[in-house]
Amino acid sequence: MATKKEDIKEAAVKAAKKVAVKAAKAAVEAAEVVVEKAAKAMKEAATPVITPEMAKIPEGPLELKWTNYKNHQKLVNPANKRRLDVIVVGTGLAGASAAASLAEMGFNVLNFCIQDSPRRAHSIAAQGGINAAKNYQNDGDSVYRLYYDTIKGGDYRAREANVYRLAEVSNNIIDQCVAQGVPFAREYGGLLDNRSFGGAQVSRTFYAKGQTGQQLLLGAYSALSRQIGKGKVKMYTRYEMLDIVLIPDENGEKRARGIIARNLVTGRIERFFAHAVVVGSGGYGNTFFLSTNAMASNGSAAMQMYRHGALFANPCYAQIHPTCIPKHGDFQSKLTLMSESLRNDGRIWVPKKLEDAKRLQAGEIKGRDIPEEDRDYYLERRYPAFGNLVPRDVASRAAKERCDKGYGVNNTGLAVFLDFSEAIQRLGKDVVAQKYGNLFQMYEKIVDENPYENPMMIFPAIHYTMANFSDHGANRLGASALMQGLADGYFVLPYTIQNYLSDQIGVPRMSTDLPEFAEAEKAVQDKIDKLMAIQGKRSVDSIHKELGLIMWDFVGMGRTAEGLKEGIKKIDAIKKEFWTNVYIPGTADHLNNELEKALRLADFIEIGRLMAVDALHREESCGGHFREEYQTPEGEALRQDDKFSYVGCWKYMGEDQEPQLIKEPLDYEFTERKTRNYKS
Amino acid sequence: MDQYIDIKVRVWRQAGPKAQGHFETYELKHVFQGASFLEMIDILNEQLVAEHKDPVTYDHDCREGICGMCSMYVNGHPHGPDSAITTCQLHMRKFKDGETITVEPWRSRAFPVIKDLMVDRGAYDKIMQAGGFVSVNTGGVPDANAIPIPKPVADEAMDAASCIGCGACAAACKNGSAMLFVAAKVSQLALLPQGKIEAAARAKAMVAKMDELGFGNCTNTGACAAECPKSVSLANIARLNREFLCAKFQD
Repeated sequence: MATKKEDIKEAAVKAAKKVAVKAAKAAVEAAEVVVEKAAKAMKEAATPVITPEMAKIPEGPLELKWTNYKNHQKLVNPANKRRLDVIVVGTGLAGASAAASLAEMGFNVLNFCIQDSPRRAHSIAAQGGINAAKNYQNDGDSVYRLYYDTIKGGDYRAREANVYRLAEVSNNIIDQCVAQGVPFAREYGGLLDNRSFGGAQVSRTFYAKGQTGQQLLLGAYSALSRQIGKGKVKMYTRYEMLDIVLIPDENGEKRARGIIARNLVTGRIERFFAHAVVVGSGGYGNTFFLSTNAMASNGSAAMQMYRHGALFANPCYAQIHPTCIPKHGDFQSKLTLMSESLRNDGRIWVPKKLEDAKRLQAGEIKGRDIPEEDRDYYLERRYPAFGNLVPRDVASRAAKERCDKGYGVNNTGLAVFLDFSEAIQRLGKDVVAQKYGNLFQMYEKIVDENPYENPMMIFPAIHYTMANFSDHGANRLGASALMQGLADGYFVLPYTIQNYLSDQIGVPRMSTDLPEFAEAEKAVQDKIDKLMAIQGKRSVDSIHKELGLIMWDFVGMGRTAEGLKEGIKKIDAIKKEFWTNVYIPGTADHLNNELEKALRLADFIEIGRLMAVDALHREESCGGHFREEYQTPEGEALRQDDKFSYVGCWKYMGEDQEPQLIKEPLDYEFTERKTRNYKS
Repeated sequence: MDQYIDIKVRVWRQAGPKAQGHFETYELKHVFQGASFLEMIDILNEQLVAEHKDPVTYDHDCREGICGMCSMYVNGHPHGPDSAITTCQLHMRKFKDGETITVEPWRSRAFPVIKDLMVDRGAYDKIMQAGGFVSVNTGGVPDANAIPIPKPVADEAMDAASCIGCGACAAACKNGSAMLFVAAKVSQLALLPQGKIEAAARAKAMVAKMDELGFGNCTNTGACAAECPKSVSLANIARLNREFLCAKFQD
């Protein structure tokens, strides 16, 4: 770890090129601990701007960029692969598919996860499906069209080359999964079935009942299990990464050479070496306390890399999912998402009359009591072309708009109806049950109300954080997260990592007694000791809930400059409260869930602030970032392409210092930017 | 309508794998029936932390019934007294005012207790590593539609594949057998043409590993399927036995 300010600066610039912070969907490719040569160019650059060369975007026309890269990249021969170790942090779709693929290629892989098994990462929770440009349905789909929809859906805030590559490898993913025995849904003729999914006009989504994420992860987990059985992957379960270790190479350039991790069962802090570190650690939606993320999902690995100089890109882009079960009490631990596929047949509405809404809120009437003519199907009214299938950000904001105006339909006034009565009439109850039965059952278990008889209630919730060099831009389309996780793990990283490691074949395994490891471990230990010593009055969760409310109110769906400034102040106050008044029971040298949560919360507070800072600087509305000052008269997002068509990357400048903004301009060479229009 | 209830929670406390465990009873007042069972444990833990006591350690993650992490024996049933759910999907409306609720970890020799309600289910991973896969590497596979699979077969494979690896089946079994877990994976892959090629070797390897790790034998009592949160069918065990016997005859 660098100690001098200059060292930190230098490390920051170089590592920025090496480790692209991959928080959101844990795509491994950015963790491409890659890229050093470009760091020199960056050092010389006076203004903090990332050029396409520095971003390592390959030359050539869009459809040949990835092919050109593959044709000209450096490779590592099989005998040398055996000599190289790679740490993979995370066992979600990206981590598991990367660990398995790298081991198959011959690398020695050390794979870490915080759960008890690599089968449990939150990728399993994705219900709806995975996109691919197979055009099996002959409805005009193509790689270009998937690329175009993704770029447009992301509000033109993603790299063209990245998104094209994603669309290009999407077809390989489906082939790979079928070969692994993933039981995708099929038609009577025996071929694969597809369905259309939020925001798409073609049927390109492959699915496995309501368990697509689970089945894809089990596919990757099975490939990973095979490599663990062969001894090519050493699996560390119930371990949490607490820092990354950088060591200078013979040219003085710092490279990621290992991690410090805590054994969550024994509490022991351990050191691990590898020639390269790949991080696929998931999103940080839990900054909001209540989100659709799993309880252990966190942003700490991303923050560790950020503190060592990796740039944190676009932290403000946070996707709100429109079809979650509304909040029901203060004790609530998480929000449950229901598949967006429900919007294919369900119609979203609130009452037309305020007095009806009031009576619903008071519990005097139910949704079914309101006659058809008094219902406002506001998505169909506002967006005739897409209706209930508008993208997630649009659907979420529209729900918030109605509730803000007082039309909410439950006791908190924070819910809208999702109604299947028309679908039941049109298709029959049996067909509806066949399509959505498991979701209806889930809803009934949680809410204790039968959705066949009374419309469901839904409300938006924080779902997915797009930050990083993600291919989703400012907003992710449905069924694209599974696609990206597996694209990077199976088909991108196995190439790019060879290019990165090709000049490392002569580097011997290093001892974890090196001073860099010792210093990193000491810093981790000091932080833990400091936390344990506070012995204040507040539980970790109570502070986390307070942070969550601030995030939702000031950095949530509708942001303003004034609100964000206020939010930053409040987050700073929370930080102070946390570091002076948190109480952690027990000791650090044993299993201690409260300590684990406290370490994660310390980072959530920093991430929350970074999100607010980024949101404040981005004076436009796009995708998962909506600034109320920048909207059309109809309330739609208003992009400012002349000023903000860039990736906003943040560089860590030290504890309690304001981060520095570095821009990567997004010059659209191949695609014309348009205003997203879901009306006609 | 959901009400507020007062309850007593009788929880298994065990400081470590080798420590002597015991039941501890805690009183909880004013618990909303709309809360999930795990949220009730969260409330209990907040109460314990406020009293500077050690909170109850338990496994949980997705809280939407799919990760398979939560693993509590509630009133004598894995995942509690409701069918086809995980503990996180159990709600307090299943309990009455004044009730004493008994909470234990999974009870199975092959799943040793780590602390309180947290157990080590690594044995399931080891069984998977022994053969729960199709031996294909990344890349170089045929087009996904190259081999048509009849819909009923694909659907049956999907039903078998819906196992979430939570361990309720072995915990529920009086013999501590992992047969339903093993059968689900063997069935899924044996049904599909991609997995059929290695079906015999897979069945043998996974069964051998299961025996080696200390799981009991199957006596077809069916407790596993009755308690399975994903309703994995007992028919899978019949298919496993068939695959296993065929493999043995081939030897």
